[in-house]
Amino acid sequence: MKRTFDTEKKLYTLALLVQDIPGVLSQVARLFSRKGYNIESIVSGESSQPGMTRITIVIQGDELMVNQIAAQCRKLIPVQVVKILEEDTSIQREFAMIKVMAVDRNTRDEVIQMANIFRANIIDVSRETLTVAVFGDKSKTSAFIKLMGDFGILEMAKTGTLAIERGRSALCDDNKLREEYNYGKNVL
Amino acid sequence: MKVRATQAILECLLEQDVDTVFGYPGGTILNLYDELYRYQDKIKHILTAHEQGAAHAADGYARSTGKVGVCFATSGPGATNLTTGIATAYMDSSPVVFITCNVSEELLGKDSFQEVDITGIAMPITKATYLVRDPQTIPDIMRQAFAVAATGRPGPVLIDFLKNVTALNQTIDYEFIHWSENRNTSSIRRLAVSHGLKAPEPDLGDVEKLVEMIGQAQRPLLICGGGVVRGRAHEEFRALAERLDAPVAITVMGGGGFPGGHPLTTGMIGMHGSQASNVACNECDLLIAVGCRFSDRVALQPDTFASQAKIVQIDIDRSEIDKNVLTDHHIIGSAKRVLALLNERVPQYSHPEWKERILSLKEERQEGTGDRLTPSQILTAIHKAAPSGAIVSTDVGQHQMWSIQHFHFDYPGQLLTSGGFGTMGFGLGAAIGAQVGNPDKVVIHATGDGCFRMNCHELATVQYYHLPIITVVFNNGTLGMVRQWQHLIYKEHYSQTTLDRGPDFVKLAQAYGLKGRRVTNRAEMEQALQEALSCGCGYVIDCQVDIDEMVRPMVPGGAHITDFLLK
Repeated sequence: MKRTFDTEKKLYTLALLVQDIPGVLSQVARLFSRKGYNIESIVSGESSQPGMTRITIVIQGDELMVNQIAAQCRKLIPVQVVKILEEDTSIQREFAMIKVMAVDRNTRDEVIQMANIFRANIIDVSRETLTVAVFGDKSKTSAFIKLMGDFGILEMAKTGTLAIERGRSALCDDNKLREEYNYGKNVL
Repeated sequence: MKVRATQAILECLLEQDVDTVFGYPGGTILNLYDELYRYQDKIKHILTAHEQGAAHAADGYARSTGKVGVCFATSGPGATNLTTGIATAYMDSSPVVFITCNVSEELLGKDSFQEVDITGIAMPITKATYLVRDPQTIPDIMRQAFAVAATGRPGPVLIDFLKNVTALNQTIDYEFIHWSENRNTSSIRRLAVSHGLKAPEPDLGDVEKLVEMIGQAQRPLLICGGGVVRGRAHEEFRALAERLDAPVAITVMGGGGFPGGHPLTTGMIGMHGSQASNVACNECDLLIAVGCRFSDRVALQPDTFASQAKIVQIDIDRSEIDKNVLTDHHIIGSAKRVLALLNERVPQYSHPEWKERILSLKEERQEGTGDRLTPSQILTAIHKAAPSGAIVSTDVGQHQMWSIQHFHFDYPGQLLTSGGFGTMGFGLGAAIGAQVGNPDKVVIHATGDGCFRMNCHELATVQYYHLPIITVVFNNGTLGMVRQWQHLIYKEHYSQTTLDRGPDFVKLAQAYGLKGRRVTNRAEMEQALQEALSCGCGYVIDCQVDIDEMVRPMVPGGAHITDFLLK
């Protein structure tokens, strides 16, 4: 049976485990630009394995396109695993630091109240500003950022989405697909 | 043992049994060439006229011998001149290790003289690139680079050494370990561990499933792709074809993977595929493609490609599955291993009616009897005169298609052609590499006047190294393939394709110290070939061909595979 693909465009989250070597991030990123797609967000950082980096990429596209880019990624020698994470079986979080104008006491109180509702933290205070750190899924951070907009955001630093699977599943679990890709990259 | 860093680089080549490298020196790679001076008894260096020629030569050497090709170039323009050659090797999965040297660490990233970020440039056209900043890592990186180039799906790798790394006062700890034993050294081992150490084996369940599908098929068709050639799986492929009693269509890259004269072969498939191949593809109920990536020149219209068939892909590279054509089943593994497993399980079948239907569509080529020399006459003359195992390298365009349609290639590495990248100028470089790697074979370089002009300066290399390459120029005074499209699709607007200009190719050959002859009919062609085969030096035959000759059949790009524009 031939595989069928969902043609609707939506956000997909890809989690990658790659060797921590120079150029690996641009090697991965160029596969998206090659097909003319813009990466919505990309987060790169340590993984639990020494020498390996975990990259999380969010991309808008249809299933066939996302699968093809994932296939091209998996083919790269330094790439160990690429997994397309399902929304209902994974947890996705992002983190933002927002510097808002708060020159008077009332505004400051209001910002702090809002922050409390969202379980955000005040991480810096000055006479004219408050800096708030918020952590949560995309809908929560977006809602909070929108509310802060009313006070006047001076600047904001935000990560892209980080994601991890629910339950026992882990990225580097052995499976047939991984084994199949390793054939083309075999060095023995 | 302490050795010079440059010495370690060359010793690492010896570890890989490399005895020949192609290249061109320059400022930043001086240290390595100085070391090469001391190694000239062990490593033969072929100096080409241009880095692109060196890249194609290393590629042609790799394709024709099955070994890894090696190519040196300097930084900046030397390195960028390689890029077309690197991309050509990448698209056709040819294992070549490119070694360049860059400026010194303190000059890096400062737009220094002849500096370019070649590892960045080469990233999309290599399996891996390495920038070597620490001399101690040389043996590790060299060994890994060769392992990556040669194993799995083969392909080019680039190593860029900073000049200070190769400084002649730079010494490192080094011990010679032959490649057959060094696959277990640190970095390769680490890489293997991260890729699941055990040498992979095709999934037996997948193999069994295909065996079952074969049992149910009434009208099976096999496609012989480049993977059969790269994997040297021609014997296993032939055995399977005979067991299945199925027609075999061959892609451009698959030339040599299945005997061209075998009764089951239907010839080339795709844009310039034969009637038999393309119809078979359209009517079969099971299509087994081995080492074939269904490029747009094969699967012209992916949605309707083999629409009556269950499509099965056998490939070493998982990312090729469902890339261009959606498949019903796939087996991942080297062609050689998968086919061997199939041959152990598939019984003998017989499909007389299906075979009759398809093989009756095979047509004998018309040679043309007029006074004017036809491409077919040229190729027949070569076929008759040259020994049967002669290597044929081609450039790109009409002469390429004619050559592949006409010749029967019987073993992997007999046909050298730029199928994926379509690089004009590939042919002469590749012929040089092939002749260097196969000194006892006859090497024919088929080219067009446009392609030949792109790289004809390599005749200097042909002359200097006494390579008896026979260049056959299909000289029709035009960029024939482009003209053909202009004629058929662009209302005969021959925009910038007419090449009514020099040089005189015979005089050009003579200027390079070679022999040459212009031929206008079959008798002259036959004489010229005899002369070329016996003269012992490079020979250029300038064949005067009509400007309006076309490649037949032809299916336009994107059209259904049996919608022939030309029969």
